[in-house]
Amino acid sequence: MDGVSLRVEPGRFVVLLGPSGCGKTTLLKMVNRLYDATSGRIVIDETEVHSLPAPALRRRIGYVIQQTGLFPHMRIAENVAVVPGLLGWDKVRTRRRVDDLLELVGLPPAEYRGRYPTQLSGGQQQRVGLARALAAEPTTLLMDEPFGALDAITRARLQGELRRVHARLGQTVLFVTHDIEEAVRLADEIVVMRDGRVVQYDTPLRIVMEPADAFVSELVGAGDVLRRLSLLPVSAAMGPLAPLGPGTPTVARSAHLRDALGALLESRAEQLTVTDEDVRPVGTIDLAAIQRLSMPHPEETAAGRERATRAG
Amino acid sequence: MDELRFDYLFENWREVLVMAGDHLRLCLAAVGLALVVAVPLGMVAARFRGLTLPILSLLGVIYTVPSLAFLTFLIPTPLGIGRDNALVVLTAYAQLFLVRNIVAGLRGVDASTLEAAQGIGMTPWQVFQRVRWPLALPVVLAGIRTAFVSTISLATIAGWINAGGLGPLLFNGISRDQPPMILAGAVAIVALALLSDAVLRVAERWTAAARAQRAGAR
Repeated sequence: MDGVSLRVEPGRFVVLLGPSGCGKTTLLKMVNRLYDATSGRIVIDETEVHSLPAPALRRRIGYVIQQTGLFPHMRIAENVAVVPGLLGWDKVRTRRRVDDLLELVGLPPAEYRGRYPTQLSGGQQQRVGLARALAAEPTTLLMDEPFGALDAITRARLQGELRRVHARLGQTVLFVTHDIEEAVRLADEIVVMRDGRVVQYDTPLRIVMEPADAFVSELVGAGDVLRRLSLLPVSAAMGPLAPLGPGTPTVARSAHLRDALGALLESRAEQLTVTDEDVRPVGTIDLAAIQRLSMPHPEETAAGRERATRAG
Repeated sequence: MDELRFDYLFENWREVLVMAGDHLRLCLAAVGLALVVAVPLGMVAARFRGLTLPILSLLGVIYTVPSLAFLTFLIPTPLGIGRDNALVVLTAYAQLFLVRNIVAGLRGVDASTLEAAQGIGMTPWQVFQRVRWPLALPVVLAGIRTAFVSTISLATIAGWINAGGLGPLLFNGISRDQPPMILAGAVAIVALALLSDAVLRVAERWTAAARAQRAGAR
């Protein structure tokens, strides 16, 4: 860890992104003091992390890890109830909280509270891991490659649900991953790390469009137009809603530009109607708009580099 | 000895039962005492990797000492002959099984589970008491079972130095050339061993960790 200085706004979903050994997990574990920094300060909600005992600090911070870390000898409800138990919540409040959380993560409590972790699939176990982390109503959530061991379909589904849970509960999230696609899908802001330093701290759009240096550029697939388009959401290139002819193909706002490009080519249409989650039209997109985002903006790359210097 | 004669056992079953009870008490006392030593020793051996091999090797060496020699060796000490001597010897022999399984059980707990326990805010003692120990328990209990059954057989030899139990049936049967007496002792010892094994197996199956594992296998 080398001179890292980050400020995360409350309620933001921030992804720490970088190759193995870049220090992203180390940084995460310094926040809940599983690792101790040799120098420097970490402050959460105006509390310096060393100002209270480590166990007390950790009970205020949700923690989710890749191997789920569920306690195999405890039933699902007991697993979720661990931190409320450590904090001395009464039984009624704990039980209600456990049921609410299992509901929230899509595991009907009547069916799941009495099961053991080994009776659940990997994806279900990770849902329990999330519920356990949220149990004591933390304002901060640390997630260390939580979906790394899941298959692509389960991972995509859980990513979507995590965004939904975050939109609803609004914790500040620090999320570690080495997967750029996961990062752009989840993040409000991405911290790109390399060799213990922050290379760029920016929104996903700017990371993709204005990489700070060759390293970030390569990470987002510099020369590969299709890869770049697969990292950008349709909403990034969406134009104002305009009435298009009947039978105009549609594309979801949350889909990638690559999907939109494919739909344009396939349908031979000039434009697509962009729809929201409820399939209501919210805008339009055409080839020119996609083209504008298909290459990084060379004139802005310098600005990106300057921002990175400030962030690091 | 032309045939197996159970007449001694049938005629003296009350006495044999009393001796079996005495045998069981000696074994319970020995394994109980052995656990008092083995649990801290196993925790130290599990915690400090450098000590694991020396400790287990030493216990292995102790286990190879022939039991009669060990018992006789302690007679000139203040322990003399009788129960105290037997208790010390049986406790020493049981260490290998107990410590070996305590180390294996504690070490066998998944590192990510322990990190999660620490990371969500358990104190070191809570991590041990709520996660590490319950997950190690089935392996520890398997060690207790092995140690107990082995102690039952060794306690028979301790009858040689007047420690009571079922041993005297065998030794007296041999010296008086009374095969039915020997047979009564042998049957009682085997029954005691099988029964103890069964009871401890049930205990293993009832730990939370074992129940959870079975639930997963269904």
